[in-house]
Amino acid sequence: MSYIQIRNLWKEYADQVVLERINARVNKGDFITIVGASGCGKTTFLKMLLGTESPSRGAILLEDAPIPDEPSQQRGIVFQRYSVFPHLTVLKNVMLARELEHSPLLGKLFGSARRTAKQEALAMLEKVGLTAAIKKYPHELSGGMQQRLAIAQSLIRKPAILLLDEPFGALDPGIRADMHKLVLELWKQHQLTIFMITHDLKEGFLLGTRLWVFDKPRHDPQAPGAFGARITYDIPVGQSDRSLYQKIDQQLQVTQELTMEGNAA
Amino acid sequence: MKKIINLQPHNGTRWLLALLPFLLLLLLYVAASNARLADNPGDKLLPAMGSFADAIQRMAFEPDKRSGDYLLWVDTGSSLIRLGLGVGISALAGLAFGILNGAIPFARAPLSPLVTFLSLIPPMAILPILFIIFGMDELAKVMLIIIGITPALIRDMQQRVLEIPAEQLIKAQTLGASSWQIILRVVLPQILPRLLASVRLALGSAWLFLIAAEAIASTDGLGYRIFLVRRYLAMDVILPYVIWITLLAFFIDYGLKKISQWSFPWFHSQTGDGGKS
Ligand SMILES: Nc1ncnc2c1ncn2[C@@H]1O[C@H](COP(=O)(O)OP(=O)(O)OP(=O)(O)O)[C@@H](O)[C@H]1O
Ligand SMILES: [Mg+2]
Repeated sequence: MSYIQIRNLWKEYADQVVLERINARVNKGDFITIVGASGCGKTTFLKMLLGTESPSRGAILLEDAPIPDEPSQQRGIVFQRYSVFPHLTVLKNVMLARELEHSPLLGKLFGSARRTAKQEALAMLEKVGLTAAIKKYPHELSGGMQQRLAIAQSLIRKPAILLLDEPFGALDPGIRADMHKLVLELWKQHQLTIFMITHDLKEGFLLGTRLWVFDKPRHDPQAPGAFGARITYDIPVGQSDRSLYQKIDQQLQVTQELTMEGNAA
Repeated sequence: MKKIINLQPHNGTRWLLALLPFLLLLLLYVAASNARLADNPGDKLLPAMGSFADAIQRMAFEPDKRSGDYLLWVDTGSSLIRLGLGVGISALAGLAFGILNGAIPFARAPLSPLVTFLSLIPPMAILPILFIIFGMDELAKVMLIIIGITPALIRDMQQRVLEIPAEQLIKAQTLGASSWQIILRVVLPQILPRLLASVRLALGSAWLFLIAAEAIASTDGLGYRIFLVRRYLAMDVILPYVIWITLLAFFIDYGLKKISQWSFPWFHSQTGDGGKS
């Protein structure tokens, strides 16, 4: 039995097929990075895992039951932006999950329960290196700090699955390397199952346990929306070589150009 | 020489520039008033500064001969209570229904079209109905303010709630939040500063409805007084009252702005209106 099963999954918007015939099995603890041309349906796929979009056909099963069709604490998410709450300080952003958990009526903790939640949040913030910024509001943080905050905030509720949609896309390479280390550490520590979208193929070859390439195997220049993307490669990370990297890179670029032409036409 | 869009007045200069138009207006008035009074000493249209001082002295610092009240203060108190009740109730209704409509699609579906419809009714047109239903006393005047500004406030708050990025609502759910908790911890605190901003804008209409209602049916209040003394062409009372109303409006607006900046620093540094006005 696999942890997550994706069975003949299709997603269509009006007359546009975005994803078609996706089949895959994911084990607990897998760290899957997803690459693909812009607009090929990576975010759409993640939204179906999250439960904010529903499949047009097929199903995603989580432990053999259909995955819940609204967001839940089982599946944490870090978006590219807007992931943290602008009206809460760094510390309160992280404490929020605990407050929601233990105070259904007010969503706020007081006294010793509050102190416990604070200690926990402080420990989590230390792991992501934000101890010095706990009193700041999100708009006072740099992009990298905001994403670290978003990760800390997601992990404190201990989700089983973590979904990351180009979380480091806006960061410069030095900080990105730090963030990779952080995510790998947290992945091991919390035994997470991670799906991470990236537009950087190198990142995909470097991080995690599996690399999925989303690509359209067929193109119809007259009807760019007629065919959807599929998983064209499912490669164990670490066992791939330079030539494969170049091959995938090439194919993605071809798809990108074809898509652009399709859109222009 | 810098381009003119990059030239900034310094602090002292800015104050001076701000005062300048007021001084010019004052000068213009005094000149015109003097000219008219020189023609006809009995002219009532543009009274001299001295007449204003007398009128202010009479209205604010001497008891009225008939009632024994200090009229300006009694009028001010009555009007501010009406304004405060009307605007306060409207703000609460705007907040409650705005959040309900914005956050819950099943509330929005029946309520949003209704609110839009109500907001298009010209409030002054139904003033007679209000007087018939609520009588001529306080309630009718407060109701006019409420009916006048609440629908717009609800629509505005609903829009602001809908503008909260979907990512935040999804995020809260992945942290285990219920609908109620999302409203309480994510929506409400982000909407409060926006409510204050909308109320500041709505105050202009609120004053309009207040003065209209007082002019038509009242026995005290700033609007009542202005329309009463109009019969005697008492510009020496009307103009100070108008300036007094304007000052009150200014200080209420300023107070709300300061409260907002003080309570929601994250909001004001985000929108970049933290310091200068
Ligand atoms: N709500 C929607 N309605 C209609 N079409 C949509 C909707 N959401 C996405 N699409 C379409 O689905 C396709 C896939 O979008 P998606 O956001 O999943 O791409 P992506 O792979 O994440 O791209 P990127 O790398 O640029 O983020 C796009 O062509 C987009 O236009
Ligand atoms: Mg995307």
